[in-house]
Amino acid sequence: MPEKINITKDLKVDFFKQMYTIRKFEEKVKELLPLGLIRGATHVYIGEEAVAVGACSALNSDDYIVSTHRGHGHCIAKGGSLKPMMAELLGKETGYCKGKGGSMHIANVDCGMLGASGVVASGIPIATGAAFSSKFLENKKVTISFFGDGASNNGTFHECLNLASIWKLPIIFICENNGYAITVPAKISTSVKDIAIRAKGYDMASAIVNGRDVEEIYKVTSDAVRRARDGKGPTLIEAKTYRFEGHWIGDPQVYRGKSEVESEISRDHLLDYEKKLVKENILSVSEIGSVKRKIEAELEEATQFAKESPFLDASKVADDIFS
Amino acid sequence: MKELTYAEAINEALDEEMARDDKVILMGEDVGLYGGVWRTSVGLQQKYGIKRVIDTPISENSFVGCAIGAAITGLRPIVEIMYIDFITLALDQIINQAAKLRYMFGGKVKVPIVIKTTAGAGKGNAAHHSQSLESLFCHIPGLKVVMPSTPSDAKGLLKSAIKEDNPVIFIEHKLLYPKKEILTEEVIPLGKAKIVRGGTDITLVATSNMLYKAMDAADILKKDFNISCEIIDPRTLSPIDFEMIIGSVKKTNNALIVHESNKKAGIGTYIASIVTENAFDWLDSPVNVIGGLDCPIPYSYVLEDAVIPSQDKIINKVKEILEKG
Repeated sequence: MPEKINITKDLKVDFFKQMYTIRKFEEKVKELLPLGLIRGATHVYIGEEAVAVGACSALNSDDYIVSTHRGHGHCIAKGGSLKPMMAELLGKETGYCKGKGGSMHIANVDCGMLGASGVVASGIPIATGAAFSSKFLENKKVTISFFGDGASNNGTFHECLNLASIWKLPIIFICENNGYAITVPAKISTSVKDIAIRAKGYDMASAIVNGRDVEEIYKVTSDAVRRARDGKGPTLIEAKTYRFEGHWIGDPQVYRGKSEVESEISRDHLLDYEKKLVKENILSVSEIGSVKRKIEAELEEATQFAKESPFLDASKVADDIFS
Repeated sequence: MKELTYAEAINEALDEEMARDDKVILMGEDVGLYGGVWRTSVGLQQKYGIKRVIDTPISENSFVGCAIGAAITGLRPIVEIMYIDFITLALDQIINQAAKLRYMFGGKVKVPIVIKTTAGAGKGNAAHHSQSLESLFCHIPGLKVVMPSTPSDAKGLLKSAIKEDNPVIFIEHKLLYPKKEILTEEVIPLGKAKIVRGGTDITLVATSNMLYKAMDAADILKKDFNISCEIIDPRTLSPIDFEMIIGSVKKTNNALIVHESNKKAGIGTYIASIVTENAFDWLDSPVNVIGGLDCPIPYSYVLEDAVIPSQDKIINKVKEILEKG
């Protein structure tokens, strides 16, 4: 891990705020779905927050990310606002996609979030293309392509690592390895224990990071971003992580044991980071309390906004197909 | 006034658009130094450099997706898929991403991408290099589908496709590349059909290479049977110019649609249904469709000929329609 990347106190506070926001946002989603306010397959990011926050914090606001079906955390970490996010999940006109995209297609192009993708591994080529255009336009923008361990068995992953390598594209492939492709464990679906090793086949730099350690993710990603910006090409980063929840809300999770899940959840990086900030005298217990209350209030406000917003009128259903 | 082949006309359209807009790039297999298997990009890499004319690895889904990602971030990519048969490898990116990104994101992005490819049988390439898959793309909301049959149309429509802010599937026909014509040099907007030949007894709607079979059939029908065919080339299959087609059918009161792709669930049956819904009272006979047989394209010329619609089949069908009517 590169040692010279300094993490300021403000950045640490920001890490905590963002991770806490994602956690609370997803808990709210879990609450609203059974009420029928959110519909469809919905994948929450609880347990993996540190990856999006650490990685996106290493980017500039005009850099790009391409997300996955489990995309709420990426959107928040890339600067997405809670109101249009929650409104999108509730299918409202005020949502980022006017209620046409929903959870699996949330996009916030204005802050470089080029969209989630409902098809696993399908966002990887799009991200590669964003990096291609940055290199072509010489605008120094960097792209992060997020995907999971399941996607690393898809052809597009391998094809795009090859493309990024031969074209030396300013892209960072971040594999969020949570150990399961929906229900199928990586150990019976994936030829390697460490997906990062696959970078070698494409002559690409790689790293393995602890997906619970936001600071490590930030440092490793920052290093990769710097090299990408300097024209030194792509990096594959594998973040070892774990989703505390099922694949989707309502997943009976028959494929993993209760003791495994409990043991993983007991090592909650969010609680650990909170303790770390107190220990390092960055925030006091009471300051943490007020940070949390502020985030919770913002989330309530966003939820209220989403609930009160109108649906897009059905007469506009076929708008936006063509420009 | 200059005479160019279909391939040269396409090459000229690419050249002119690349000269006009430095955000236009071309990528695909063998499009660079070699100039493309169909010779449509000859000289372009030499002129515009390897930065803008890019030979790709054989990774169709990923280089098409890459072009889509580039399109939503400021470039105007043209992607060549060497044979339309290989486009099946990129259907995820075309159908799930290119066609839907703008809609899914509530109108927040534009996807100015042209996917140019080559369809059609007639060269003994058999089942993996001969298909006509245009109907597949017409079925997908969010895509425009263009199928030019003449050098002038190929050039004029490709220039419009490159200027278009939406994904366009531009389907060339491999038998048409040597066809020569003095170019009309007109700008041809997408979505406008053309009356290739005026007539009074029946409307023939014919696409791509079938246009020539329809014209040959019409010559014989006129000479031997005194049947006057009005021939329409839709040129763009999605969106299709129903106004012109329906207008013609209301005049001739009969219609036959001819295309090389197989008939089942195809663009011809769709045209027939819309014409019937809108011009039923004017029709003297059911709207008929001739498509390829519901069969993979076989290898031997005897078998291949049996699959593709023939001039005789068109002549016989027109006589049958008008005798019944």
